[in-house]
Amino acid sequence: MATTVPISDAINALAEANNSKVTRTLWGDAWRRFRKHKLAMMGLFIIVFLIITVLVGPTFWTVDRDALDFAYTMSNPIPEHPFGSDELGRDLLARALYGGRISLAVGVTAMLIAVSLGSIIGAVSGYLGGYVDEVLSFITNLFLSLPTLPLLLLTVYLFRDSVTAVLGLELGMFAIVVTMVGVLAWMQTARVVRASFISLKQKEFVEAAICLGVKQTDIMFRHILPNALSPIIVAATLEIGSAILSESTLSFLGIGFPPDTPTWGRLVTDGSQYLQIAPHLPMIPAALIFITVLSINFMGDGLRDALDPRSRL
Amino acid sequence: MQIASSWKRSAALLAAALLLPLLVACGGAAPAAEPTAAEPTAAAAEPTAAPAEPTAAPAEPTAEPVAEKDSTLNILYWQAPTILNPHLASGTKDFDAAGVILEPLARYNEKDELVPYLAEEIPTLANGGVAADSMSVTWKLKKGVKWSDGSDFTAEDVIFTWQYASNEKTPATTASNYNGIANIEAVDANTVKITWKAANPDPYVAFVSYSGQVIQKKQFEKCIGEVSMTDAACQAANLAPVGTNAYMLKEFKPGDVVVYVKNPAYRDAANTYFDTVEIKGGGDAASAARAVCETGEVDYSWNLQVPKAALEPILAAGKCEAVAGGSFGVERIVVNFANPDSALGAKRSEPDQPHPFLTDLKVRQAINKAIDRKAIAEQLYGPTGVANCNILVVPTSVDSPNTTCERDVEGAKKLLDEAGWKDEGGARTKDGKAMTLYFQTSINTLRQGEQAIIKANLAEVGIAVNLKAVDAGVFFSGDPGNDDTLNKMFVDIQMYTNGPSGLDSQPYLEGWTCAKVNSAEGSWNQGNDGRYCNKDYDALFATYAKETDPAKRTEMAIGLNDFLINDVALIPLINRRTPNAKIIGLNGPTHNTFDSGLWNIHAWSK
Repeated sequence: MATTVPISDAINALAEANNSKVTRTLWGDAWRRFRKHKLAMMGLFIIVFLIITVLVGPTFWTVDRDALDFAYTMSNPIPEHPFGSDELGRDLLARALYGGRISLAVGVTAMLIAVSLGSIIGAVSGYLGGYVDEVLSFITNLFLSLPTLPLLLLTVYLFRDSVTAVLGLELGMFAIVVTMVGVLAWMQTARVVRASFISLKQKEFVEAAICLGVKQTDIMFRHILPNALSPIIVAATLEIGSAILSESTLSFLGIGFPPDTPTWGRLVTDGSQYLQIAPHLPMIPAALIFITVLSINFMGDGLRDALDPRSRL
Repeated sequence: MQIASSWKRSAALLAAALLLPLLVACGGAAPAAEPTAAEPTAAAAEPTAAPAEPTAAPAEPTAEPVAEKDSTLNILYWQAPTILNPHLASGTKDFDAAGVILEPLARYNEKDELVPYLAEEIPTLANGGVAADSMSVTWKLKKGVKWSDGSDFTAEDVIFTWQYASNEKTPATTASNYNGIANIEAVDANTVKITWKAANPDPYVAFVSYSGQVIQKKQFEKCIGEVSMTDAACQAANLAPVGTNAYMLKEFKPGDVVVYVKNPAYRDAANTYFDTVEIKGGGDAASAARAVCETGEVDYSWNLQVPKAALEPILAAGKCEAVAGGSFGVERIVVNFANPDSALGAKRSEPDQPHPFLTDLKVRQAINKAIDRKAIAEQLYGPTGVANCNILVVPTSVDSPNTTCERDVEGAKKLLDEAGWKDEGGARTKDGKAMTLYFQTSINTLRQGEQAIIKANLAEVGIAVNLKAVDAGVFFSGDPGNDDTLNKMFVDIQMYTNGPSGLDSQPYLEGWTCAKVNSAEGSWNQGNDGRYCNKDYDALFATYAKETDPAKRTEMAIGLNDFLINDVALIPLINRRTPNAKIIGLNGPTHNTFDSGLWNIHAWSK
């Protein structure tokens, strides 16, 4: 039904395509299509807004995130404390702003690590096949069967002192958490990418490229990879959310960031004690995590549609 | 098509997004609705209560207690019991659950007095039970006491319990109470004479309180030594001991629930009130508090270690009473006198590596003066703790009146100036090194609140603090393979609660002597985690240990406390109350400083 297009429109579109032939690129096309995806644009807007807010917010909202104020303990949202305050009178807005930097940075960095690793391993394994594929698939399965949490605990326990001695307490923990969460989460991406590569490498355009004598790495990353972007992007958006949650699990177990670093996950954990009497304490940071993950998912949805070379909108 | 379907999906997600906070917010905003929802449970437990009565207090038994025939006592421990052999118990939960079945010779009551249980009377110097030279004590046992399997309780059972718990191969957690015994002799079937290895000023160290519960020789005879934990029959016995108390075991699921029924062989079985007692385990402290105070599902909840801000509204629901009083121990900051610097490698925190600045009395005094105990007590503990300056607070007779610990920020700054720590904004420095403390404690909302307050307090006088929180299972484990335990103390300061286990303060005060300093050589297990070592304290302690006159001992114990406080060997913060809660209408539960909260469960009624 929707595929029937009036002839005149089709001709116009063709003419337009001919006129702009020179300027059209993959990313230009994608952006044009992305803009039409309303929810994706909303997600993008929210994410950009959140990133700008946590970056510049603390210069405008100058309340010290660690300042105790016993006159305002467990306060509801009021002008002095727009997000309310915790049991020690610490301002939740200041804490959420600072925590947002860490949580977003953890989410994005861990995602980048996981997706890059997963894409490379999946691409090599899927494209080359044979013996290489078998070894890499074995490694992927091996990692999938590792118990994540005990391994995280062990790594933090082994490397905490040496890394924090070099990088400082917060940055050191950031490095460990991000690396470990990333390194333990690439397997799903690798599997999806491998599957896409196996089916894509049979396609005519790949055969054409081989005939033209294009280098193997170029075929893999310039010709096939763009066609496999949609599953990668879906995996990436999901990974951001799960990395933010993994970090809060570690903080909850006391092996992540120091207990006074107010990451969003930590704020939810601390506030959960007061769910009944001051529901805004856990609800606000939980809503922030929720909105972030949801927006990124919408963005991923839009990106997938926009980047799919076979969906010409 | 594609756009339309993705719109639908996205719209559904968005709708869910908008609904979720609403749903949760409703749940949070209307706690008053909860008791009604749980009413059927409460009504079912109370067959006489009219189920049609929709008032706020359905748990109140309106009918005379005599009418309640098939009654159950529901107890909630948010840490579930895992073993019922008190000598192999790993925590209060196990000692308490075992104590419903087993009894010691005597227990402490809420006034810190000894009450005879399996004993006929409490041996004293006056009645001749305690030898004048403190070398022995003679207990007369109650006559006609029977185990729940019908056999007689005799002196042999008492002797056996000592042999069992003091055997080096038995992994008994109560061993320290029995190690001082040289011999126990059965004078007759109902009299035992305990002879000590050395003059013992505390005759009640063994067979008293939660650690003194007597187990049946017949049941555990073959379980002395390593087999106690490995042999199948012994394992079974550990989970189902035969006892002498008012209740006996019906069913035990380790880590979940213990069900007891009336023991028909109990010496006062006619007056045992409840037909069934159930100790349910699991959940957390806050939900345990709600179960008794808001929903009334249970009659008694143990250890409501919940921050004041969360606890007070729960208690205000009006269905329960806090069972508080006495002392649960002193929350303290332990100062590390050894250097925990990881650069030292294997020599880290060893007693021969002095701490670079915490060995300076002025620095310790400054930390002590900077901390706002009042804020910690008022903002976090509320009804469950008071600001406190002493390390020894129970029994009240040894609570020193000579110490003060008012907050004095200016005084603290002055002390640090005098010690040569320059204030140039931020952390103070001396010889180019900044004063930074690593501060660890266990994971608990309340303790993280304390950490935040103390960090802010110390920042005010120019001491930077890095916080660390360790899982309680690791922190208190004493595992020599783990670097995060309180025993190793690989940090500058740490915080936890501890207190004496009996009326006599000697074993507790011994914890600051040089002989008890923790080191790798002794598996970090000697007990002096701060590695405080002072010859003058050791000398004072030695004279105290030799003294046998109770009045003089009290005086000397106060002196030892004052010595530690004046030398800031450690920093006491809060005297904690045991916050248990009982439903209104349950008679019997009292607070107890040294013994189990269930010490008199045989006499509870509703």
